[in-house]
Amino acid sequence: MNFLFRMAWRDSRRSRQRLLLFMSAIVLGISALVGLNSFGDNLARSIDAQARELLGADLVLSYAKAIPKPTEDYLKKIGKNRTYEVSFASMTLFPRTGGVRLAQVKGLDGPFPYYGEWEVQPRSAVEQFRQAAARNERVALVDDALLIQFGAKPGDSVRLGTQLYFIAGRVLKTPGQSAVTTSVAPTVFVAAKSLPETGLLQRGSRIQHRYYYQFAKGQDVADFVKANEARFDKVGINQDTVESRKQQTGRSFADLTRFLNLVAFVALLLGCVGVASAVHLYVKEKVASVAVLRTLGASGRQAFLIFLIQTALMGLVGAIVGALAGSLVQLLLPRVFAGFLPVTVETAISWSAVAQGVGVGLLVAVLFAMLPLLTIRNVSPLRTLRASYEDDTAGRDPFRWAVYGLIVLFVMAFSYWQTRDWKVAVGFTGGLLAAFGILTGLGLLLINGVRRFFPRHWSFVWRQSLASLYRPNNQTVILITSIGLGAFLIATLTLTQNLLLDRVAFSGGEGGSGRPNMVLFDIQNEQKAGVRALVDRYKLPVVQAVPVVTMRLASINGRSVEAIQADTSAKIPEWALTREYRVTYRDSLIDSEKLTAGTVQANAGNMPAITVEKDYLSRMKLKLGDTLTFNVQGAPMATVVSGTREVDWNRVQTNFLIVFPNGVLEQAPQFQVLMTRVSNTEQSAAFQRELVSGFPNVSAIDLGLILRTVDEILQKVSFVIQFMALFSILTGLLVLASSVIISRYQRMQESVLLRTLGASRRQILWIQAIEYLMLGVLAALSGVILALGATWGLAYFVFETPFRPDLLPLLAVLAVVTVLTVLIGLFNSRAVLVRPPLEVLRAEA
Amino acid sequence: MSILRVENLTKTYSSGSGPLTVLHNVSFEIQAGDTFSIVGPSGSGKTTLLGLCAGLDRATSGSVYLNGIRLDNLSEDERAAVRNQHVGFIFQNFQLLPTLTALENVMVPMELQGARNVEKTALDLLDRVGLAKRSHHYPTQLSGGEQQRVSLARAFANRPKILFADEPTGNLDTDTGDTVEALLFDLNREAGTTLVLVTHDLELAQRTGRILKMRGGAVVDQLVNERMSD
Ligand SMILES: Nc1ncnc2c1ncn2[C@@H]1O[C@H](COP(=O)(O)OP(=O)(O)O)[C@@H](O)[C@H]1O
Ligand SMILES: [Mg+2]
Repeated sequence: MNFLFRMAWRDSRRSRQRLLLFMSAIVLGISALVGLNSFGDNLARSIDAQARELLGADLVLSYAKAIPKPTEDYLKKIGKNRTYEVSFASMTLFPRTGGVRLAQVKGLDGPFPYYGEWEVQPRSAVEQFRQAAARNERVALVDDALLIQFGAKPGDSVRLGTQLYFIAGRVLKTPGQSAVTTSVAPTVFVAAKSLPETGLLQRGSRIQHRYYYQFAKGQDVADFVKANEARFDKVGINQDTVESRKQQTGRSFADLTRFLNLVAFVALLLGCVGVASAVHLYVKEKVASVAVLRTLGASGRQAFLIFLIQTALMGLVGAIVGALAGSLVQLLLPRVFAGFLPVTVETAISWSAVAQGVGVGLLVAVLFAMLPLLTIRNVSPLRTLRASYEDDTAGRDPFRWAVYGLIVLFVMAFSYWQTRDWKVAVGFTGGLLAAFGILTGLGLLLINGVRRFFPRHWSFVWRQSLASLYRPNNQTVILITSIGLGAFLIATLTLTQNLLLDRVAFSGGEGGSGRPNMVLFDIQNEQKAGVRALVDRYKLPVVQAVPVVTMRLASINGRSVEAIQADTSAKIPEWALTREYRVTYRDSLIDSEKLTAGTVQANAGNMPAITVEKDYLSRMKLKLGDTLTFNVQGAPMATVVSGTREVDWNRVQTNFLIVFPNGVLEQAPQFQVLMTRVSNTEQSAAFQRELVSGFPNVSAIDLGLILRTVDEILQKVSFVIQFMALFSILTGLLVLASSVIISRYQRMQESVLLRTLGASRRQILWIQAIEYLMLGVLAALSGVILALGATWGLAYFVFETPFRPDLLPLLAVLAVVTVLTVLIGLFNSRAVLVRPPLEVLRAEA
Repeated sequence: MSILRVENLTKTYSSGSGPLTVLHNVSFEIQAGDTFSIVGPSGSGKTTLLGLCAGLDRATSGSVYLNGIRLDNLSEDERAAVRNQHVGFIFQNFQLLPTLTALENVMVPMELQGARNVEKTALDLLDRVGLAKRSHHYPTQLSGGEQQRVSLARAFANRPKILFADEPTGNLDTDTGDTVEALLFDLNREAGTTLVLVTHDLELAQRTGRILKMRGGAVVDQLVNERMSD
């Protein structure tokens, strides 16, 4: 055994640089993995340490529908300190600049937050706000995002409903909120007691109530929750503790880092493919030495082990370097994830992540290197006697299949370990196998195609470069696989990002000029005419105006909602039982709907006949003819399900799960939703300003604004993913560079021979440029085509949206990948060109 | 005592154009300590025969006994062990391991046997072939003759019972070839090793005790060297 290590060491002396080069291919993959895992560990620790700051309190209770008076009184007695918060969406207007938009309004009563810092500028503003709130003065703190959008600043005022508030400060960070959450729903904080005067609380708006509690030292929150859980659940009060918030936040970030780990793993696997191909060439070179060893009496196993030890040691070095690099990468990650983090992440080296990375790196490097190394066992000692080629290394080897099996198993196990989901693990492995398979297939196809349809009449330079695609020891397949996979990843990311944006833009009405792009909510009956007049005055079209009645479900087929909730075997989703239904009434279908079963009719027997959305029917385990009884703001109303509708949710329409017939709900309390189309932002702003002044409770949703917000978030998300994909791309380039370097010797000999025979440097340069051009174009093209397929699949099956790929970024990917391939290829061949042939022959012989 | 016995050895290759028999029913026996040469024109099957005798390959039929061990029933790894124990090799194209120094090349057979602290022995051997000063040079830094002298040192390193040499001077110029030749016979005499020498050089063959003449894969003559047998 000792001898094997000594031999491995001695033999490596002259090729150590090259061995290191093989292993550099895994460095990036490992560093990405270790970086992410370290970051994940640190994040988990930070969430643990800052859990109370995430919630800002020891316990938070929240509810959205009216609760019994005794319970309400009880909520005011819990804990040592408490802050009441009422929140709803409302139009906000900044009079100085005229900015107006829908925002979140939070009325506070109490010194929230109890833990963590409310970052407000100037710092004194928090105190000012609290004192003013106690005196019931109208003072507001406003989220930075909102102030920036409208060029407003502390000292200005903001109008909510009928009242003006003095803006005392700019909120930079609220405990438990990330930059992304505030950009989706920027908030205006005011005193809860001041809100009734605004007229916003009375009607229409959906209001959420929340209590933040600080408990006395030694009082156990978990005990309290356990004791009150049943009572709270019964009336629809949600409970959030430090522990539950911690778990929830931790879980969502664990999911995220796991997903990204898979992206990093792809980079690692790509590197491993590079390792396998490099070791393959290395082994070919070593065959003669192995034959000598065999002649001298080394067993096949010994010879195999000598080289396995070599590659394993280099794999270990690669993995360690990668792990160290990863520990540096993780320093960057808090910045990469900045927009999403609700806590400040303290970075520290995570030794468990480092150990995992080294282990995984060593394992995959050995597994992949094993494939080419296996042939060593079969090298015949006869080679020492005979220069003639013995076909000893080409035979079928059952061990090879075992190694393939192990690799697949390992990939599956790793992805399961990351995602804890067998379906995802199998899907990921399958997808990866398919991508590798398709790219390998394309490479083989190219080789065979060029050989079969070889253009015999083309110029010498072309023939020579085409021939090099299939000559012995060519690297066509490996380069197409690795470069192609890199191109595939980038292209898929770009396409998916565009797909998501398109989807929002399409439904946002950017597509057709007839589509609505502004929705007005909560128009009360008596406001209908006024709003309509305003719309007309601005010459805006009324695309749709529908009445909406809110109600709750009381029973299904005579069985009360409470009974169904208690029955664990019912398997009807909780949200469907307890939610507030927004229902409209009409006698016909609209153009975004299709009848899929039953009929649209007014009555069935003596009850109103309703239609429901088709998936709703199956999720609620209903069938046509079943009765649903609703509680329409106190009044029970029994209905019969007479038909199902398929709804195109991607259109901006007021779409409804449940539609009543005419003649039933006309007298029920209701409001109207009106959809219109504004033609530009100035018109939109002017219209909204006037709307807010005349009808403060009416909310306007500007789809252009939503689009911009979604775009902003997608940019952030895609930055994170692109950052991770970068590792794959760099690995692809590294694999390219190392395969070029490794095949240099062979190329040198050929080029030198050609030059000896009279080829000019220019010709040789062209020969190589064309060869790499072919490889680059084909690899990039394969990757892009594969990406188109994958994104189409995503569009069709996951997002259910039409797929119109944007060709420009694809062309960019194609061009960049190809140019890089050619440049790296040529950069490496320059040695052949600058040295005289004789010298090269002697040096490399 | 017979160190090598070959019985009815036949080797057939199945090539694309049908089976090709390159050895027909070859039989002979060599006693321990003998020197023995196989001569014949190129392509007559000498190398094939040598390979079979040394257990580098398997015969189509017939058998080989090396030091009383029947080789044809052994697996490749078992034969490798036999080679390491009993056999030394010298090749036409030297076959030094390019990544190892001269010294390390000589050490390999001993180390394969599991021996330790073999540097001294290896250095002595290198000294014996006149290359002690070049012990840390790599094969590419040595001339052909020097390389072959290293491979001589390596061949004797594991104190083999039998030494196989396939055209040991074939790649060397006459003078260098003579030096290597002289060394080979000297070392062989000192160690009392059995020598099996393949050559097309009749003059070289004259220096061995027995000569096996081959043509077209068959033995055409076996003679005892008059000069040597006295
Ligand atoms: N693997 C092989 N397949 C087919 N024929 C072979 C093979 N190896 C050697 N031969 C043939 O066997 C014959 C004997 O070769 P060899 O033993 O090398 O002759 P020598 O060493 O006497 O020159 C030659 O005709 C050679 O072409
Ligand atoms: Mg021969």
